[in-house]
Amino acid sequence: MHSYDYLWLIPLFPLLGALINGLLGKKIKNETVIGAIGTLAIASSFVISVIYFFRLLGDSQKVHEQVIASWISVGTLQVDWGFLFDPLSALMLLVVTGVGSLIHLYSIGYMHGEEGYYRYFSYLNLFCFSMLMLVLGNNALVMFIGWEGVGLCSYLLIGYYFHKKSAGDAAKKAFVVNRVGDFGFLLGLFLLFWTLGSAHGVWTVNFVEIQANAHLLGAGGAIVTAITLLFFLGATGKSAQIPLYTWLPDAMEGPTPVSALIHAATMVTAGVYMIARMNGLFAMAPDTMMVIAIVGAATAIFAASIGLAQNDIKRVLAYSTVSQLGFMFLAVGVGAFTAGVFHLMTHAFFKACLFLGSGSVIHAMHHALHHAHVHDDPQDMRNMGGLRKHMPITHITFLVATLAIAGVPLFSGFFSKDEILHWAIGSTHGHWGLWLVALFTAGLTAFYMFRLVFMTFYGQERMVEKAKKHLHESPAVITIPLIVLAVLSVFGGYVGVPELMWGAHRLEHFLDPVFGATMATYGIGMLPHSAAFEWGMVAAAVIVATSGILLAVFMYHMRPDLPGKVVASFQGAYRTIHNKWYVDEIYDALFVNPTKRLGTFLWKGFDVKGIDGIVNGLGKLVQLFSGALRITQSGLVHNYALTMVLGMVVIVAFYVFR
Amino acid sequence: MLTVHHYLVLGAILFTLGTIGVLTRRNAIVIFMCIELMLNSVNLTFIALSRHLGNLDGQIFVFFVMAVAAAEAAIGLALMITFFRNKESVNVEDFNLLKS
Repeated sequence: MHSYDYLWLIPLFPLLGALINGLLGKKIKNETVIGAIGTLAIASSFVISVIYFFRLLGDSQKVHEQVIASWISVGTLQVDWGFLFDPLSALMLLVVTGVGSLIHLYSIGYMHGEEGYYRYFSYLNLFCFSMLMLVLGNNALVMFIGWEGVGLCSYLLIGYYFHKKSAGDAAKKAFVVNRVGDFGFLLGLFLLFWTLGSAHGVWTVNFVEIQANAHLLGAGGAIVTAITLLFFLGATGKSAQIPLYTWLPDAMEGPTPVSALIHAATMVTAGVYMIARMNGLFAMAPDTMMVIAIVGAATAIFAASIGLAQNDIKRVLAYSTVSQLGFMFLAVGVGAFTAGVFHLMTHAFFKACLFLGSGSVIHAMHHALHHAHVHDDPQDMRNMGGLRKHMPITHITFLVATLAIAGVPLFSGFFSKDEILHWAIGSTHGHWGLWLVALFTAGLTAFYMFRLVFMTFYGQERMVEKAKKHLHESPAVITIPLIVLAVLSVFGGYVGVPELMWGAHRLEHFLDPVFGATMATYGIGMLPHSAAFEWGMVAAAVIVATSGILLAVFMYHMRPDLPGKVVASFQGAYRTIHNKWYVDEIYDALFVNPTKRLGTFLWKGFDVKGIDGIVNGLGKLVQLFSGALRITQSGLVHNYALTMVLGMVVIVAFYVFR
Repeated sequence: MLTVHHYLVLGAILFTLGTIGVLTRRNAIVIFMCIELMLNSVNLTFIALSRHLGNLDGQIFVFFVMAVAAAEAAIGLALMITFFRNKESVNVEDFNLLKS
């Protein structure tokens, strides 16, 4: 029996870091101290996570629950402050704290000299605390606390440069869109709690109990489909899937390390994690699974198409993130929970590396353009080119991560993406259509990522002449996280080498205690295929990825004049995808503007004219009557006396002549 | 022979005179005296009926009325003097400080 008594320290360290920097940071002032506090807080959590991870590896019992205290105890509703430590949360802990530590370290260099340095680290630690609560919670309410907490921190960090209107708007957009998803999460939870409780006598929000009792709901029933669809709506908000993905590209207004941590590696994967966490529930609703797979595949190809025509380096990566998240949802939708979590992990490595690399580029560009006294956009790839000579480490790490995301064999992304593709066609819940879309998207991914690499690091140097001599490699505090993440982008995939390629798929065995029972009970698995068929699938993926890369090499390296000609001959199509299929405009017309008009009506029509009208009207009415009555109050004693006498006469007359 | 009716008619005449005086006159002191007249006409009626009915209640009431009238006279005259000092008038139409 192994002990995991200090699990609660993992979220506690970042919380303490957030409190120290938030409350005392203004007094500390010293950037090194503030950065060290923030980084050490999350690094301590990482150390504990690693220790417990290896303890869990050698443990025969794989699922551990730890209850700290009772939180809500009302009648049948019993909620604890409790943590759940099983292979899934152990893996997520490693990703969150590991990538988080590297990004904290990177931020020390990247945020140097920024106003509100302590505020940044306080928010970043608070985010890590919320994310760890989300991952560790043993019931849906603790998860919801983390779920809302990461949303709040995302809002705060997107709006970090709040004096810029675009940043404030992006933060609000992210928050509001996320709220829509959160309602789905809450309604799903209410419906689940009520149905399990009133119909089956199991009043619970605990994940282990939900997992054990989900079968009571009846497979494929309307209720369980409704519950899972509502939960999935929550996931689409947090994980930026159609229809609620629009906030993520705008979220790039935040500092680049924030984009790396929150909007690539951790928070946006919360939706995938939530579905994996409640796999027993989702497996009960094949219709929902199908919806998830279709939405995932649609998002993947849709976002990838937009990524083709963006010129802002961070926006390309943002759409790439949306697209890769689509892959993860496609995976869990076809029942490949392990593949989804696998891709979540590898994506965290290479996408964090890509974002931090782009941050390094932006940092250098900003610096150079600033010294050259020009106001060109440091994030626009049209101002870059040829940076590999100036920034060799950033170039190499970026290239490695790009090879990983493109799915080049032996890099981490290859194994995870290949497994998703394999499941998309070969699983009991799969379909060749999903596979085709995913395969095509993989090709697009390779193409737009290499377009980005060539536009940034190769070819002519397109920045102004004066800026060139100011370009230089970023400091070690920035390049070290890049190198570590690049190494992980290469080797991170080797935990999941499939048996076909003479691997053991250690990840699948590791996660088996979480997913195995569900897969066996509901018959989710691979259909039998011949080895030749499987190798054919692998070959198809490799060929598509390679052709995407070669096309990018041809268009952006060998014939740099070609893209302009292509754009010129497909003006309409280019403009459509450059403007993101006008989805923002459509949403504005369909939802935002009607809501604004309704608000204006309620303000000017209902409130000012209606509510205020009633109140003011009553006042006016009273004034009208009192105006009539005040004539009788002349202030002359005689009039009063006369009235009194007349009254008496009337009363006497009434009694006399009655 | 004087009967109770004579007293009652006299009381009614005095009361009416007092009332008309209160309603028509503008001088506060005259109004004041008219009120006294009304009170005393009521006293006369009380006494007359008390004697006619052989019941002493009416006479006791008269003492009350006289006590109240004395108190009222004291306060009323004091008010009148204060008012006169401020406005140099005892015309009730000038008693309009509360009117906006």
